[in-house]
Amino acid sequence: MVALIRRPPLLRRCLAALALLALPLLAQAQLRIEITGVGSNQFPVAVARFDAGGSTPPERVDEIIRANLQRSGLFRLIDTGAAPMAETAAVDHAQWKGRGADALVVGSVTRLADGRFDLRFRLYDTVKQVQLDGLSYVSSAAELRLNAHRISDRIYEKLTGDRGVFATRIAYVVQTARSAYELQVADADGGNAQVALRSREPIMSPAWSFDGTQLAYVSFETGKPVVYVHHLPTGQRRPVANFRGSNSAPAWSPDGRQLAVALTLSGNTQIYLVGAEGGGAPRRLTQSAAIDTEPVWSPDGRFIYFTSDRGGGPQIYRMAPDGSGVARVTFNGDYNVSPRLSPDGRLLAFVSRRGGRFQVFTLDLANGTELAITDTVLDESPSFAPNGRLVLYATEVGGRGILASASTDGRVRTRLSGPAGSVREPTWGPFIQ
Amino acid sequence: MKPTAPTLSIAAAAFAALVLAGCASTPLQDAPVPVTEKSAPATPATTPPTPAADPRAVARVEAAPGTVDPLNDPASPLSRRSVFFDFDQFVVKPEFTPVIEAHGRFLAANKNRRIVVEGNTDDRGSREYNLALGQKRAEAVKQRLTLLGVADNQVEAVSFGEEKPRASGATEEAWSQNRRADIVYR
Repeated sequence: MVALIRRPPLLRRCLAALALLALPLLAQAQLRIEITGVGSNQFPVAVARFDAGGSTPPERVDEIIRANLQRSGLFRLIDTGAAPMAETAAVDHAQWKGRGADALVVGSVTRLADGRFDLRFRLYDTVKQVQLDGLSYVSSAAELRLNAHRISDRIYEKLTGDRGVFATRIAYVVQTARSAYELQVADADGGNAQVALRSREPIMSPAWSFDGTQLAYVSFETGKPVVYVHHLPTGQRRPVANFRGSNSAPAWSPDGRQLAVALTLSGNTQIYLVGAEGGGAPRRLTQSAAIDTEPVWSPDGRFIYFTSDRGGGPQIYRMAPDGSGVARVTFNGDYNVSPRLSPDGRLLAFVSRRGGRFQVFTLDLANGTELAITDTVLDESPSFAPNGRLVLYATEVGGRGILASASTDGRVRTRLSGPAGSVREPTWGPFIQ
Repeated sequence: MKPTAPTLSIAAAAFAALVLAGCASTPLQDAPVPVTEKSAPATPATTPPTPAADPRAVARVEAAPGTVDPLNDPASPLSRRSVFFDFDQFVVKPEFTPVIEAHGRFLAANKNRRIVVEGNTDDRGSREYNLALGQKRAEAVKQRLTLLGVADNQVEAVSFGEEKPRASGATEEAWSQNRRADIVYR
């Protein structure tokens, strides 16, 4: 690929302040996204139809980009009409500014002799009348969709100052019938959903490896909870915690070599370390007579956060990775569970029960500020987007499990639901180069 | 003439046995598939049953008492396999003592029998925390059984948490059905 032109980033800082991200939905096209809240100051952008030279490429790249930007809640799309605008077209900045667009995206999709496509785009700032970005991708038909997400990420980053997550992936569990469970992996917009594991028994707690190629999860396929690591490109999987009793709650160490898991070897649920390759004896980290579970590493590797009811009800604690220095982290409410750290390590997302409602909260670890970021009341399994702007979570509406997302400032909210089945246990994958 | 199906399979089994005996380290898949159109005997290799004195006679047999597995006797307390718990509770209630004592006595007397105790919870709150709560219920039942003389290796306590509810719905009736430990014989 060739960078056509690059200019110094011109960012709208006001936007970045409430920036948010995109919205995942799942499943084959039928997943519906409902935007229930948007940023208070949406950025007006026009995305013209990409010029295909009269041909019909397998993907409408401009439509994918528009859908991504819209779902983020941060943009207001300006109508561009049906006429395509080629990436090489001369741009009348004043005219676009007059139509209300502060930025304009144009592009071309040209079929090459070998059957691939030359996908090009340019992003203009119509106020300053300059090009902000431009790039060309040589792309197979199957890669057009991913490259549309990559272009969306570049537009998002140029206009908001934050890294986009449209090209990342999510994993989640769908129960399609009483004894039918699927672990699925989809693009962050819910498209291109693929089944990684199908089972007659429950699947829970998927966790991405940091390179985005493996999922650890709990499967009940042998009649009890066992932790597996599953290499997605090959489908090869191995049990990494299959001890007497229950095995659950896998969490990757930042170096990817170990997993923290919850085991019941002592007769109560405690946190142990096991090797990511399986085999070897587990090393016990917590030493309580209570429940210690849901471990998760801080991104810098200095702490493992976890849920424990050693003080009575469940609360969130943290400790050093060798199990020393245990300290309680949450103090408000009598039921705080499912800790997750933001990628910058500053925010803790968790589920708290307050007044009978289970909601995702964030806790600013530096100043102790708590914020309920959702408008739903049966929340589970929060998971940060890799840019830290959104929290994806599971909840229940009308008796059905759905996925939803909320921006960390609580402003932008979306819900995604499929045509059938109960969706739960979402987890957002890492950035992939 | 074409060999009958039984003779074919007998020939194949004999061939496989030869292969096994002759080269034990060779994977079976490497052995050529025997095609035995010609070598099969023309008559079945089975011995005809010895004729009874009266082919229409019916000999009566009485099953001895005890050959019916008491686990399958609906009249036995062993047929009850579930222990229910109160909300947020992990102590076995007195009304379930007879069930647990019946299984405890049976297992103590039948050291070759193994069970799994599966703990369950209702569906409110964290799935992983509920898995740990279900484990507490399973462990409570296991502990009672151990006190009755059941060996540790006869009982594995595991949890399904909220993953396999017996009853669905957000009602106390459904929740109470799901706050449960099940005894499952292996």
